[in-house]
Amino acid sequence: MSVQLIGLNEINGSLIVLDHVENVSNEEMVELELKDGSVRSGRVVQIEGGRAVIQVFEGTTGLSKTNTKTRLLGHPMVMDLSREILGRVFNGAGKPIDGLGEVYAEKQMDINGQPLNPVARKYPRNYINTGISAIDGLNTLIRGQKLPIFSGSGMPHDKLAVQIVRQAQLAEGDGRNFGIVFGAMGVKNDVADYFRRSFEETGVMEKVVMFINLSNDPIIERTLTPRCALTAAEYLAFEKNMHILVILTDMTSYCEALREVSSSKGEIPGRKGYPGYLYSDLASLYERAGIVEGIEGSVTQIPILTMPNDDITHPIPDLTGYITEGQIVLDRSLHQTGIYPPIGVLASLSRLMKDGIGEGFTRKDHADVSNQLFASYAKVQEARSLASVIGEDELSDMDKKYMEFGRLFEKVFVGQGFDSKRSINETLDLGWALLSTLPQEALDRLDPEIIKANYDPKRAARVLKRRLGE
Amino acid sequence: MNNNVIYSINGPVVTVRDSKDFFMQEMVFVGKKEMMGEVIGIDDHSTTIQVYESTTGLMPGEPVRPSGSLLSVELGPGILKNIFDGIERPLTELMKSEGAFIAAGTSIAPLDEQKRWDVSVKVSVGDQVVPGQIYAVCPETELIEHRCMIAPKLSGEVVWAAENGSYRIHDEIVRIRDEQGQEHSLTLVQRWPIRNPRPVSGRMPITRPLITGQRVIDTLFPIAKGGAAAIPGGFGSGKTMTQHQLAKWCDADIIVYVGCGERGNEMTQVLEEFSDLIDPKSGMPLLARTVLIANTSNMPVAAREASIYTGITLAEYYRDMGYHVAIMADSTSRWAEALREISGRLEEMPAEEGFPAYLPSRISQFYERAGYVQTLNGQEGSVTIIGAVSPQGADFSEPVTQNTKRFVRCFWALDKSLAYARHYPAINWNDSYSEYLDDLSRWYDKNVDRDFNRLRQQIRGILHEENQLMEIVKLIGSDVLPEDQKLTLEIARVIRVGYLQQNAYHPADTYVPFEKQFKMLKIIVYLNDQCHKLVAKRIPVSLILKTGIIDKVNKIKYDVPNDHLELLDDYFGMIDQALAQVE
Repeated sequence: MSVQLIGLNEINGSLIVLDHVENVSNEEMVELELKDGSVRSGRVVQIEGGRAVIQVFEGTTGLSKTNTKTRLLGHPMVMDLSREILGRVFNGAGKPIDGLGEVYAEKQMDINGQPLNPVARKYPRNYINTGISAIDGLNTLIRGQKLPIFSGSGMPHDKLAVQIVRQAQLAEGDGRNFGIVFGAMGVKNDVADYFRRSFEETGVMEKVVMFINLSNDPIIERTLTPRCALTAAEYLAFEKNMHILVILTDMTSYCEALREVSSSKGEIPGRKGYPGYLYSDLASLYERAGIVEGIEGSVTQIPILTMPNDDITHPIPDLTGYITEGQIVLDRSLHQTGIYPPIGVLASLSRLMKDGIGEGFTRKDHADVSNQLFASYAKVQEARSLASVIGEDELSDMDKKYMEFGRLFEKVFVGQGFDSKRSINETLDLGWALLSTLPQEALDRLDPEIIKANYDPKRAARVLKRRLGE
Repeated sequence: MNNNVIYSINGPVVTVRDSKDFFMQEMVFVGKKEMMGEVIGIDDHSTTIQVYESTTGLMPGEPVRPSGSLLSVELGPGILKNIFDGIERPLTELMKSEGAFIAAGTSIAPLDEQKRWDVSVKVSVGDQVVPGQIYAVCPETELIEHRCMIAPKLSGEVVWAAENGSYRIHDEIVRIRDEQGQEHSLTLVQRWPIRNPRPVSGRMPITRPLITGQRVIDTLFPIAKGGAAAIPGGFGSGKTMTQHQLAKWCDADIIVYVGCGERGNEMTQVLEEFSDLIDPKSGMPLLARTVLIANTSNMPVAAREASIYTGITLAEYYRDMGYHVAIMADSTSRWAEALREISGRLEEMPAEEGFPAYLPSRISQFYERAGYVQTLNGQEGSVTIIGAVSPQGADFSEPVTQNTKRFVRCFWALDKSLAYARHYPAINWNDSYSEYLDDLSRWYDKNVDRDFNRLRQQIRGILHEENQLMEIVKLIGSDVLPEDQKLTLEIARVIRVGYLQQNAYHPADTYVPFEKQFKMLKIIVYLNDQCHKLVAKRIPVSLILKTGIIDKVNKIKYDVPNDHLELLDDYFGMIDQALAQVE
């Protein structure tokens, strides 16, 4: 029988300190029982002799030095798991909140997970057809990848995530082994609701596990939410052989929570007040994506983060970009011109793309088309900055062609709309149509033979006219 | 009775109270699981230890056992082709025994103890042996002969030697008696503390380049064997890709690739790719000359700090055998962050951006372990360090980049705008530099061509001029420039697209031999000179462009395969012909 300790010695923010504790282990879970019978949970974060510092998940409101009884549970934080978690809704700390009762645990897993041995990993090569040209064609999402969406307040990142879920799951054969784990950290109630409704409308609700920590829920719980979500994802993927897509939103709130906890612990801050271990902490989340050799399932992560002030050099997007395998960056000026999805193509990148495209995966000419589109679109930017100085009329003929190419590219290729789902062939053919609006010698990234086979300005004009007419 | 027990736990840092049994940097075993740790501080009352594994579940009162030795690695045959974590645990073996996930407190011998090696003994009874002397050799991989050397402080007379034959690493091979009359039994392995540089008999001047087959590096910013280079760049600018290309193609004998706090999938990729790729020089898989150290970003942070030292110690060990070793550290910023994290736990006074004040001295200690040396046994060997730096927010003024810059002589600045335009390798030719140019110029004169240094200078001149012209073009467009300046822009474009840009996925372009680099350079300069002559005769640049010769030169890298370099000589004629049309 475990020992109960009466009273506390110190309270500081969400941390409490107990003295004269015996047999306490690092990261052990504790339960605090208040006088009124309510129970809170917490975790040991630091031990010094008999003195234990404990983080209380639900906050310390109402605690006094005398009104609690603390019980050590003797194990680190674990989650109850079984296949039945599909279709359920949990709070940020992994407790069911949908009124359907506790999960009957088939297995309990430590929510911190364990690092995956690089030798046991299988290098991801299978692409996921999202039906979105700017992603499939230029920043291909690969199963087992971690590809975040860098966004800003007011931009349609949620809509894009929903579109990816809706269109990607259909590509999954009959979708039997496909599941979604949704982790919401510090999001507004409306946002959580939007996702729930969208999942219902798409008819995937029974394939979704939701972890909801709203913006007014305790922040300590928020630091656990992604860990619970990823534990559920790993369980479903590696024990139940499912292909799991994890959506984590909003990573910025998560990092803010981490900063708050860190400063209440009195830790030395790194950049912008974030703890020095922010990189390691984020890595312990993002690295929990991938494929294990010999197991059919996979964990693919799409974390969403809103860049404070649209600043990509802010520590949160910056450190994220160093860990994840690329990023999809949303562009505010595209959004303002009414282009959806407003994917800023040049700043986006998929690192795993190169090995998951081409013959046998997508199409032989995929790499060439995407390289040339990138290079030509980069020239558009040069022409635009020149035009902003000397005016578009004064540009050389070549630069004028680039300006036109840029407009078409953004309008037709990127701005496909919410309801449009394109096959990879459609996307690549459209790419060729756009490239064919440029003079042949401007295509400096392509082999002459490939140009010969695909360069066709007449057909391009037809295709583009039709697309613009839509 | 063991009185050394854990008193406090804070993340990866634990302390032991009132003990006099430990010394600094000693390797210790922490807790009932015997997790590896290292003593990092001793004061009046307590000993501070950093633990290389996850401390979840650890309790105060659990024992801490001193090992009596510094944190060291095991050195012997079986290192190559292997993949280790930051404290030299073999990951493949770990997977066999523990499964796909790495659990704490697993102790596995670093090297295969059962495997038999085909050993030739190089000494016989009665020989006097000195430090560094090779007493036995065995073929470690298809490419590399492993040479077992007498430990640096040991010397004496051989009193027993085994026959040639097949032995396991812990079998006795040679027994020697030192001057004090004490006998030492030598096997195929030895241990070395990772934080101490291995001794050499002397440093030698730097004279030879490390040939990488990457044009922008070999031609413009070369790195010398025994030198140190840094690759800083924001995310997505291609640090890892550049490191991979260097690890694949550079002409070192041995590659040590340290994935320090980086992505797990990247290590998997290196492992897969290097097993499949064939080294063009030897015809053997690249893995036969490679050892990987993987401490991915989600593995314990203290072991990440150690992984850099583990890597460099392995590199020095092979250097002492007389090999040229290149070590890629990706990324040193993660290592610096590990230092910061542990320093924070120790509540040390932070300097810039929370990094400890000793950051510069640690960085310099690491890079100074590079060098071209004469080994204890009189051979030549070298360690070349190529460290990636991941500056926060791609801002090169942050402490890790700035301090690294002070201690390396070769700086390849990666540029995000080049990467956005998919110009790879995205090494910015205006911000990068190599201080080895002078040291190496004699080598180029002798081994490439007397003209090489001059041509390089001319190319750099054109790029520099373009940079200045672009300032004007940005304001008023290129149409108003005089013809000769227009030509400069065109030639600069050839240099950028046709020469500096290199396609890692194209079979003929991923590695380019020096001869091709030099001839391409010569063709471009020839094109430049001939075109300028025409422009001086008032022939407009647009006419020259119409001949298509510039496009043709742009595509040399694809059109001329590496095994048909004689085709390059035809280009001079082609240029003459094309330009004759417009004259």
